Amino acid sequence: MKVLGIILALLLAMPVVVLAVPVVALEPDEILDDPVLEQRARDLSKVIRCVVCQNESIDSSNAEIAREVRLLVRERMVDGDTDQQVLDYLVARYGDFVLLRPPMKASTYLLWFGPGIVLVLGMIGVFVFFRRQRAAPVAAAPLSAEEEQRLSHLLGEPEETRPQEAGAENAGNGTAGRQ
Amino acid sequence: MIAELGHFALILALLAAVVQGSLPMIGAARGNAAWMAVAQPAAVLQVVLVALSFAALTYVYVVSDFTVINVVENSHSAKPMLYKVTGVWGNHEGSMILWILILALFGSMVALFGSNLPPSLRARVLGVQAWIGIGFLLFTLLTSNPFLRVFPAPPDGRDLNPLLQDPGLAFHPPLLYAGYVGFSMAFSFAIAALIEGKLDAAWARWVRPWTLLAWAFLTAGIALGSWWAYYELGWGGWWFWDPVENVSFMPWLLGTALLHSAIVVEKRDALKVWTVLLAILTFSLSLMGTFIVRSGLLTSVHAFATDPERGFFILVLLLITIGGSLMLFALRAPVLKPGGLFSPVSREGGMVINNLLLAAGCATVFLGTLYPLFLEAVDGSKVSVGPPFFNATFVPLMVPLLFLMAFGPLMPWKRADLAGVLSRLKLAALGAVVAAGITLYMEQGGPILAVAAMGLAGWLFVASLVEWGDRIKLFRVPLGDSWRRARNLPRSSHGMTLAHSGMAIAAAGMIGASVWNLEEVRNLRPGESMEVAGYSYRLEGVAQLQGPNYLSDMATISVTRDGLPVAVLTPEKRLYPVQNMPTTEAGIHTTWVSDLYAVIGDSDGRGGWAVRIFHEPLVPWIWLGSLVMVLGGLVSLSDRRLRVGAPSRQAKAKAAPAGGHPAAAE
Repeated sequence: MKVLGIILALLLAMPVVVLAVPVVALEPDEILDDPVLEQRARDLSKVIRCVVCQNESIDSSNAEIAREVRLLVRERMVDGDTDQQVLDYLVARYGDFVLLRPPMKASTYLLWFGPGIVLVLGMIGVFVFFRRQRAAPVAAAPLSAEEEQRLSHLLGEPEETRPQEAGAENAGNGTAGRQ
Repeated sequence: MIAELGHFALILALLAAVVQGSLPMIGAARGNAAWMAVAQPAAVLQVVLVALSFAALTYVYVVSDFTVINVVENSHSAKPMLYKVTGVWGNHEGSMILWILILALFGSMVALFGSNLPPSLRARVLGVQAWIGIGFLLFTLLTSNPFLRVFPAPPDGRDLNPLLQDPGLAFHPPLLYAGYVGFSMAFSFAIAALIEGKLDAAWARWVRPWTLLAWAFLTAGIALGSWWAYYELGWGGWWFWDPVENVSFMPWLLGTALLHSAIVVEKRDALKVWTVLLAILTFSLSLMGTFIVRSGLLTSVHAFATDPERGFFILVLLLITIGGSLMLFALRAPVLKPGGLFSPVSREGGMVINNLLLAAGCATVFLGTLYPLFLEAVDGSKVSVGPPFFNATFVPLMVPLLFLMAFGPLMPWKRADLAGVLSRLKLAALGAVVAAGITLYMEQGGPILAVAAMGLAGWLFVASLVEWGDRIKLFRVPLGDSWRRARNLPRSSHGMTLAHSGMAIAAAGMIGASVWNLEEVRNLRPGESMEVAGYSYRLEGVAQLQGPNYLSDMATISVTRDGLPVAVLTPEKRLYPVQNMPTTEAGIHTTWVSDLYAVIGDSDGRGGWAVRIFHEPLVPWIWLGSLVMVLGGLVSLSDRRLRVGAPSRQAKAKAAPAGGHPAAAE
């Protein structure tokens, strides 16, 4: 409950902040003696979510449950589980929620393929845009009466004073093409 | 008394906004100049009133007036003065007032300096600004009023969250908000243009500086937030793909796209419809960023219901703003006439690719951030979308962007000669090879992908400079001539070079941080030491200190390399007793090539302390690059042509339109 309270307080308090009580997460006493196994455990810990935290891996969380899962991961690795077996075990226990890398399945197809779909649709859009542009070259839009008038006004002006006055009189409009 | 004054000022500001949002709009529709002219004084009045209200809130914080609930909940008499002031926006209600103040400030700038805008456009822009203001003022007054009193008044306050009591985070919200709110200008101009049915180069010239300003603020705000997370959380990381980070990153991605497409509108009168859409979407994402965090929606769908009144208000406000503006867009966009033609291989074409990749990147972040929410709402199942997802989807989109970024500035408008551009990039290719070579030499047997990535950063960095060097004929004419040429180059041109090379520097930092980061955790007793990446860290001792409103365990760790002293790090573990909350302060020493980073943890009760050492190669470059990018934005903003509000002084008018020669175009 306390963790939840902190999370809520933080949420209300700030625009961009990673939510955590920042205290050293992994404790020295958890570390395995075998450095290879320990490295595997560390790497795997980074993709396992601390289930009571806000978007934190068990590797960086100091919540009690994160510590328990860290120890559990190491225990199972010492017992000879592969990374996948450890993850499967955790999913059976906590559901997909525990994986920071969402599994690929029917309910997440949209998530995984969405970026690709957007990109492809965008590319089609760009392609169509250029095709159309080539197919139907648009004639330059005729000047409106107002623009016509302004043009003749401009052309009638003496050369030196023209830009200054145009800038002042016609506001942003008159200065458009000249930069 | 002061609190009530602030409250009244806020109500009056709402009335001013209602006037500003109605009369000028009607006036613009009917061609009534007098009604349109109401917009300016109303906008100025509004900002004065909101500023009064903000000042009143600041006052009650400074004097610690604990009869005001907001002060009780977020302040404490023992808090240092700096954090009493920054505590004003360190909470939901106060931050809304800050939001409104910035919005009103932007509006008043159009009122004061917009005399060269067509009157009807100015009236409509101010009108739309006022509509946004009305929404926020209503929201604040009805659901999030910071001026409410409490009786009987408690003897002291509950203190500001200790994590917020930090200089980095104190100024992070104002910068971020200036960025979010800054995009409201592009939005208002877009809506006004849709209503007018007219959008031309002059419009783009007005939108660009505002977008640039907003972008620079947002870049600085995000960088500051990320830096804070780096040194305060003690995880050695700088970006966590946390939803709260993502919602600020999305407007940045689209805002960057908008920045570029607005150039095409200005120079070539093309991509108008798309630019208007981008302006609308960028601000919509800013609104979402403001609200979604505060509503608690991201933690869980259920958290949203904890304050149903606020949640409902937010939903309605978002629906009206985003839905309404998109509807207007659908109805009116066809009115905007298509403009200049260009070939796919041209500078415009480059901007289109830039926009495509940035928009796809934004969509990816959007999907990843909101998918858990979406899935939970659809079938109740819970899923986590963490860093591994974004690394697998977002990063591949950004790699081609960084690669192609080298081409854009070298391509002329309308039609480019690809072979010519490629030949100008020879030096950049050399830069890539050198960067990759150095990496390969330093790394010795690491991932080959990292070598390629560093090569990419080198490629972009050199390419950005090549374009600039070409323009001033560096090393081809005497240096004095180059200097003269550089001084005559438009500021926006220097700005682009800075921003693009800043991106390359930051990218190198990000690559370094994600590939070569080392971490060691050890239990050390005073006098013991550990080795990380060739540096020896010796724990000298841990001392108990008393801060103004916290207790601290401060460790002293001396760092040596080959027996020579390098630095003394003093990481802290603090406890803020009022909220009974611990925080860390990492001890960091930067060599500019890497950071030496130490965190002190808990004592084991037998004289040992958990010490966590990170070796962070290239990480300082992330902030350095961001700073250079912001600088690029500001330099570009100082370009006479874009100077906000300054009547464009015409020196030597060029008869030819902007197209044709890239040297004159940017």
